Amino acid sequence: MLTPTYYLVLGALVFSIGAVGVLVRRNPLVMFMCVELMINSVNLTFIGLAFGLDDIGGQVAVFFVMVVAAAEVVVGLAIVVAIMRRRDGATADDLSVLRG
Amino acid sequence: MINFVYLIPLFPLLGFTFLMMMGRRLGNPAAGWVATIAVALSFISTVIVFFGLFGMPDGERQVTRNIFEWVLVGDFSVSAGFLVDPLSVTMMLFITGIGSLIHLYSIGYMHHDPNFSKFFIYLNMFVFAMLLLVLGDNLLLTFLGWEGVGACSYLLVSFWFDKEANSSAGKKAFVTNRVGDWGFMVAMFLAFASIGSLDYIVINETASQLSTPVAVGIVLLLFVGVMGKSAQFPLYLWLPDAMAGPTPVSALIHAATMVTSGVFLLTRVNGLVYYVMEEAFWATNLIAWIGAGTALFAATIAVAQDDIKRVLAYSTVSQLGYMILAIGTGSFVAAIFHMITHAFFKALLFLGSGSVIHGMADEQNMRLFGGLRKFMPITSGTFIIGWLAIAGVPPFAGFWSKDEILLGAWDLGGINGRALWAVALITAVLTGFYMSRQVFMTFYGDYRFDQPSEDELAMAWDGYLNDADQKVGVASDALAEAEMAHSEKATALEKVRKAFSTAKIDAAKASGDDAVAAAKQAIETAETAIDPAAKAEQAAASALQDAMSVRESAQAELTEAQSAYNHRSADAGVAVDFLPESVAKRAAHHPHESSWHMTVPLVILAFLSIFGGVINLPFVKEIHFLENWLEFDTLLFDHKINASAGTKWALAIIAIAAGSVGMYLAWKYYFKKELDPKGIERPILAKGWNYDNAVTAFMGGPGRAMFNFIAAFDAKVVDGLVNGTGAAVRGTGGLVRRLQSGYVRSYALGITVGTVALLAWFFVRAAT
Repeated sequence: MLTPTYYLVLGALVFSIGAVGVLVRRNPLVMFMCVELMINSVNLTFIGLAFGLDDIGGQVAVFFVMVVAAAEVVVGLAIVVAIMRRRDGATADDLSVLRG
Repeated sequence: MINFVYLIPLFPLLGFTFLMMMGRRLGNPAAGWVATIAVALSFISTVIVFFGLFGMPDGERQVTRNIFEWVLVGDFSVSAGFLVDPLSVTMMLFITGIGSLIHLYSIGYMHHDPNFSKFFIYLNMFVFAMLLLVLGDNLLLTFLGWEGVGACSYLLVSFWFDKEANSSAGKKAFVTNRVGDWGFMVAMFLAFASIGSLDYIVINETASQLSTPVAVGIVLLLFVGVMGKSAQFPLYLWLPDAMAGPTPVSALIHAATMVTSGVFLLTRVNGLVYYVMEEAFWATNLIAWIGAGTALFAATIAVAQDDIKRVLAYSTVSQLGYMILAIGTGSFVAAIFHMITHAFFKALLFLGSGSVIHGMADEQNMRLFGGLRKFMPITSGTFIIGWLAIAGVPPFAGFWSKDEILLGAWDLGGINGRALWAVALITAVLTGFYMSRQVFMTFYGDYRFDQPSEDELAMAWDGYLNDADQKVGVASDALAEAEMAHSEKATALEKVRKAFSTAKIDAAKASGDDAVAAAKQAIETAETAIDPAAKAEQAAASALQDAMSVRESAQAELTEAQSAYNHRSADAGVAVDFLPESVAKRAAHHPHESSWHMTVPLVILAFLSIFGGVINLPFVKEIHFLENWLEFDTLLFDHKINASAGTKWALAIIAIAAGSVGMYLAWKYYFKKELDPKGIERPILAKGWNYDNAVTAFMGGPGRAMFNFIAAFDAKVVDGLVNGTGAAVRGTGGLVRRLQSGYVRSYALGITVGTVALLAWFFVRAAT
């Protein structure tokens, strides 16, 4: 029997993978994918809890997150592509022109 | 009719702005007429307001007219409003009245000045500022006018600023007044902190609720401002120097109006002053003593001045001392009365002296004057009236007002009151003396403008002696030279003679034809050389003789010159060729009476100086017009004179006697010349008891060190605090900015760590 606990644990695992990915990878595209991982793990948690608590609110929140994530993907990918066009093989660490 | 009050300051303001734009184009004398008419219209408005106020019943003659809310901070508000009451209207009557006369006079006085229109711009601005000062219904508006007249005074004292002395006199006036303004400002702060309002009406009415130290503080701090503006000891220094300005300025600003503003201010807050008088008598008594002391001090200095305007300047300081004495004894009516009569006769005296200066080619030294009565009948006639008025001769205006002040001091009672009265009485003697001295030196005696002064005579004699001395020196030099030439010639002759004798000896020794012939030849050459050498020696000897006789005669001349110097009489005598050029220039000058622009104001002011006393005759209460006019609405408390009629008569007679003694002494010294004035005109008096020099020395020495210290304190400590705050922020910023590495991943790490920490904190909190 699949209880919400499995979903929550899976969500936590995926979230941690995403978080570690953002922290350790230097390729902006990969980091971006890791952020997507984290967002979707949160979605998974929402769904799991909505199912477990029998509350539709969690699923509604997921729709919002998905819309926001879609918008974020549009902007984020556009930025990444723009950077990639200007300089070859740039890593996130090379993009530090805004340092103090 | 009261609404005409808006027009009173408006006309001078309009005149000022109009002349600012058009003054140069209007030129001379149209610009002067515009300014004069502006002030005259202001005078007419004042008269209308006066009649409007006069028609109102007693006790209601106090009208405030708000123009706009000026300062609004929290529950503190100051309005720009006019307070129309008997005091302000009285002040305005003589400010605009005498002001327009002086404007008219200036058209004549300044007619040859290149900056003619600028002068009238300043004058109109001054009248405007003075009217603001008088009309303001609160301390702040009065302060605005107070500063305005100070600025105008500065501009006008240094009007002829291309002379170093004039511009530094202007600076002196400005800086000294700034010291006084400090007191005024602190008094305002104190009044605001304790009363919460700067309105005169509120201050006077709530004065009795103040604690004594605060009331004393406000009054004494205001008095510091008064010392500056009304030239009281120790801040009187600027007024005598302010005489560097054109004479109409001296008359308008430094005698008739601006300097009286201190007396006006203390009368304005008379409720407060009365309260202080009752609660802390020492404070008002201090004011009285400073007034009396200044009156006496300045009068002693006036006795030894040679400059016709400086005498009047010290006289003004002295008379202001009288007014302050009256304030200190609580006789406000007497102070205002004396202020008015003083405005009449001092304006008259100053304008008269200006007329003299104008007619005497800008000469101000009284020692060069004398006998001018014949040349300037109107000036001298009016000046003599002014003299009688200030010297306290009845029935001229000055007698009545001075008498009231003396009476007020006497009436204070006790040794204190008697002593104040005695000081004022001695001042009256001195006043009679120095004013008579001035009149006798200027208008009586022989005409001596073309005669050299003592200094010039001394210079001439010095030049004469020097010249004789130099002639002896030159002759001695020539003699030494001749001696040298002669001895040269004499040794040359000796040498030639010796050559001749050796030639002869050689010839005797010679053997052989050739040698004998050569020796004969040598003898012949030597013999021919003797004759010219002897002649040259003869000539040199006679030249030496000549040089000797020249020197002898030069020596004789010197002895003669010395004996002439020792037996010299009052005139230049043989030294006449050595007189400085200024004497010849003066001798070529013909004194003349001034134009009608100048004489008409003199005549009007002379009229006022004769009859000015009418406004407050002492005999019965009904004819105390000024007192009746002021007491209901302006004066919150009435100072009653307790002295009996007999005492009053006795005091009046003593005062007349005092003035007469001074005048009699001056007559002895300067008219009959029976006594030598050197005993009175002591150098220390001429230098003003060295007070000015002492202040200069102090300010230049220890004062300067202190100011440098304060400047350093400001630069290091005060600025250091401000700059230190800035530097601290910059330093912290420099440290913190290193956190902004620009690496996205380190930010992400920060966010992660932060989130984890927050979560941990929530868990810990939930657990406990």
